[in-house]
Amino acid sequence: MKRRKFDLAATPGKAAVGIDDRFKVATPLRGLLNKVFPDHWSFLLGEIALFSFIVLLLTGTFLTFFFEPSMTEVVYNGSYAPLRGTPMSAAYASSLDLSFEVRGGLVMRQMHHWAALLFMAAIVVHMLRIFFTGAFRKPREANWIIGSLLFWIGFLAGFTGYSLPDDGLSGTGLRIASGIMLSIPVIGSWLTSSIFGGEFPGTIIISRFFIAHVLLIPALLLALITVHLGLVFTQKHTQWPGPGRTNGNVVGERFFPRYALKQGGFFMIVFGVIALMGGLFQINPIWLFGPYEAWVVSAASQPDWYVMFLDGSTRLMPAWQIDIPLGDGYVIPPLFWPTVVLPGILVGLSTLYPFVEARHLKDYRTHHLLQRPRDVPARTAVGAMAVAFYLVLTLSGANDVIADKFQISLNAMTWAGRVGLLILPPLAYFVTYRICLGLQQHDREVLAHGVETGIIRRLPDGKFVEVHQPLSAQDHDGHGALEYTGWVVPKKMNRLGALGPAIRGFFYPIEKPVDAPVSPGHPPVEPRPERAEISSGSESRH
Amino acid sequence: MSTHTEHQTQQGREPLDVNTPGLTRFDIVREGARRDDIEIVHYEPQVAPGTKAERRLVRLVAWFFLLAGLVGTAFLVIYIWWPWEYAPGRGSDKWYTPLLGVTLGLSLLGVGFGILTWGKKLLPKEVSIQDRHEGAVSEDNRTITGQTIVYMADEFGVKRRPLLGISLLAGLVPIGAVAAAPLVGGLISNPHKNNQMFTTGFAPAEGGQRIRLVREDGRPIRPADVSAGGQLTVFPGIEHGISNQHADSPTLLIHLRDEDAQESRRANERVGHGDYMWGNYAAFSKICTHAGCPASLYEQQTNRLLCPCHQSQFLITDNARPVFGPASRRLPQLPIEVDSEGFFVAKSDYTETIGPDFWERP
Repeated sequence: MKRRKFDLAATPGKAAVGIDDRFKVATPLRGLLNKVFPDHWSFLLGEIALFSFIVLLLTGTFLTFFFEPSMTEVVYNGSYAPLRGTPMSAAYASSLDLSFEVRGGLVMRQMHHWAALLFMAAIVVHMLRIFFTGAFRKPREANWIIGSLLFWIGFLAGFTGYSLPDDGLSGTGLRIASGIMLSIPVIGSWLTSSIFGGEFPGTIIISRFFIAHVLLIPALLLALITVHLGLVFTQKHTQWPGPGRTNGNVVGERFFPRYALKQGGFFMIVFGVIALMGGLFQINPIWLFGPYEAWVVSAASQPDWYVMFLDGSTRLMPAWQIDIPLGDGYVIPPLFWPTVVLPGILVGLSTLYPFVEARHLKDYRTHHLLQRPRDVPARTAVGAMAVAFYLVLTLSGANDVIADKFQISLNAMTWAGRVGLLILPPLAYFVTYRICLGLQQHDREVLAHGVETGIIRRLPDGKFVEVHQPLSAQDHDGHGALEYTGWVVPKKMNRLGALGPAIRGFFYPIEKPVDAPVSPGHPPVEPRPERAEISSGSESRH
Repeated sequence: MSTHTEHQTQQGREPLDVNTPGLTRFDIVREGARRDDIEIVHYEPQVAPGTKAERRLVRLVAWFFLLAGLVGTAFLVIYIWWPWEYAPGRGSDKWYTPLLGVTLGLSLLGVGFGILTWGKKLLPKEVSIQDRHEGAVSEDNRTITGQTIVYMADEFGVKRRPLLGISLLAGLVPIGAVAAAPLVGGLISNPHKNNQMFTTGFAPAEGGQRIRLVREDGRPIRPADVSAGGQLTVFPGIEHGISNQHADSPTLLIHLRDEDAQESRRANERVGHGDYMWGNYAAFSKICTHAGCPASLYEQQTNRLLCPCHQSQFLITDNARPVFGPASRRLPQLPIEVDSEGFFVAKSDYTETIGPDFWERP
């Protein structure tokens, strides 16, 4: 048989044909390669959460190789001298070993913790972006609900995670959690007893939290994130209004190759920043807290930041106990309201918001164009109200530290929080609403009268007026004919190209400032110097 | 290659035959995009090939990647050879974690910025417009799918044969319960087993033996061990009494000054606890009645006990009544006395429920 000549150049083509014969991928792959994504910096916030999640999976898997989820009592005999000889749970001892005996274990543990904090922070900021730009409107209500569930599941992931080391701080948190479960009317004691396997703390809770933290919750997160991204993919991303952009198209870049490449680079940057934080910034130094003992606590015991708002609400809650005089008497403790009812209301409000807004505005159309926050003052103001509410609670979660550092009475801090919680949100609503109206007004004003030039002219009658640069031809009243399109209106002369760009450089100018033809006091205009890379022979940097 | 094309509607456009000779690869790419209703309206390289600007960008990207490799190697060297084992003091092992973080972080940032510069600066910039097919959902398809589903339901015939539906439902409900039963049944645990929610380690042993108050190290306590104005955390003197197995038992023994003790005793008498104190000594549960943290910050001047978790404050001289913060119930008081050997013992167990409140607390 004649030996066929081997053609190296044709190999990839042949392989591709072979693959398509078997798997029929060419057509779906074409659709995948041909996918347009609009680009804007604010669309990257959710990505940070996604990338942090990947880092969490990677570092978390590493940690499971060394962590022992057991509450069996052992006596520590590791290299951290201050705790040697202390009886503690195997979970705490193995967390100490992870930090001291495992090569590179501490940096992994700290990266895991920082990635968790970043994950939650990115989720919150991403949610704010979605909210304030109206990206949750039809047809994206389901994705909004999934997103807000992701926050709460991430919250549970974080709580179960930082409870695992069974140190003095997390054990206190666990005890508060048991108190919260106990406070639920009717079923409280049964629920707590069932979860802890008897009376607090029991001997099983760490292993139960472990399986929840490493399997059940991550699987749920992964499933929801997949659906979340799948919906973004099929519904196509929202976009800002602008030239050529309509509700019926997507203007941007195809996903491959440039957009995907940028995403890859961004992932590496997020990963790198987490690694830097994990190496440089100490977090949760469990060896300083000691093992959990029911009778030990220190001042300034704060949970991770995303739990602090519930800590704050618990601190601000007045001691309103409800007694029900039936039979032996029943109690609803004050702890129930800020820790069970409040989160329940928050979940309900956030998931229902898209429907409430649509109903209120009688707007059941499909929206793919984003709105600038100023253009929807009521929604923006409601959002500001929620942010104010959240901030008061979060700060109240640290009110003992604030009281201590700023020499304020602790009780005054609590009262300030209580009053602030009632007064600041409405105030934030009002102020934000006015600011939105003001910004809207200014946009319309610039469209009608033009951009302020900064040139003051004295009229013959002695009156001073500022010269405006109109943006379009004007009618006989001196009003421009441009309509507001929902996108940025240029408000400075250099936005119109009438002036050179602002001087670059933070501490000192890194290039010669361009002389501006603004006012008579300035030196005459020179032609702009040519940029270095165009001119030949002036290359001095290499 | 720089292309500017008018965005045109795709309807009625003749698909291009991609096997036409003479088509460039970009023509095929653009045709593919058009078949997915994407019009590439602007496509141009950011740097002209072979220019100084291009070479400079290529060098920059290369530097980023080489930096990543260099720092990555440094990471490996440090990981392997840096003295990492923990030792007390300020040894070089304290630099291990920061060095790992910095080298790992910088090498990842190097890769990241390299890729980003490559993508952002070297790849051609484009503006493409893709149709969303908004309102293009075919009414026909909706009708067909809807009718198919309804037809399938008709085929089942549940409407005509209601017994099938009812019996299926009646059969499935127990099956569902069967699936949930092992989970619920396995996890459920009676909170009132051995009356555990209402007893602590101070409950007298069988035979009425009173339980001693002991310190953290297990030694019993004589009145002289706590000076006036002082306080001490005490535990039941039983096996595991100091461990977390008796997380509801830690108690604060307080030696009140004379006038505070008198006030405290009067308060005790008001609530029928006249004999709970011994001399100027009183003992209160340390477990906060709010959320279960140890209420352990004792302010001598005001006789207030503060829980650092949520700042509930209890006035010790008034039966540890909550005077500020979210707690609504006083800290239970342990009746104490001194036994024949001169050590503190609990007269009986606590007479009120310890720890966070719950529904059925009597």
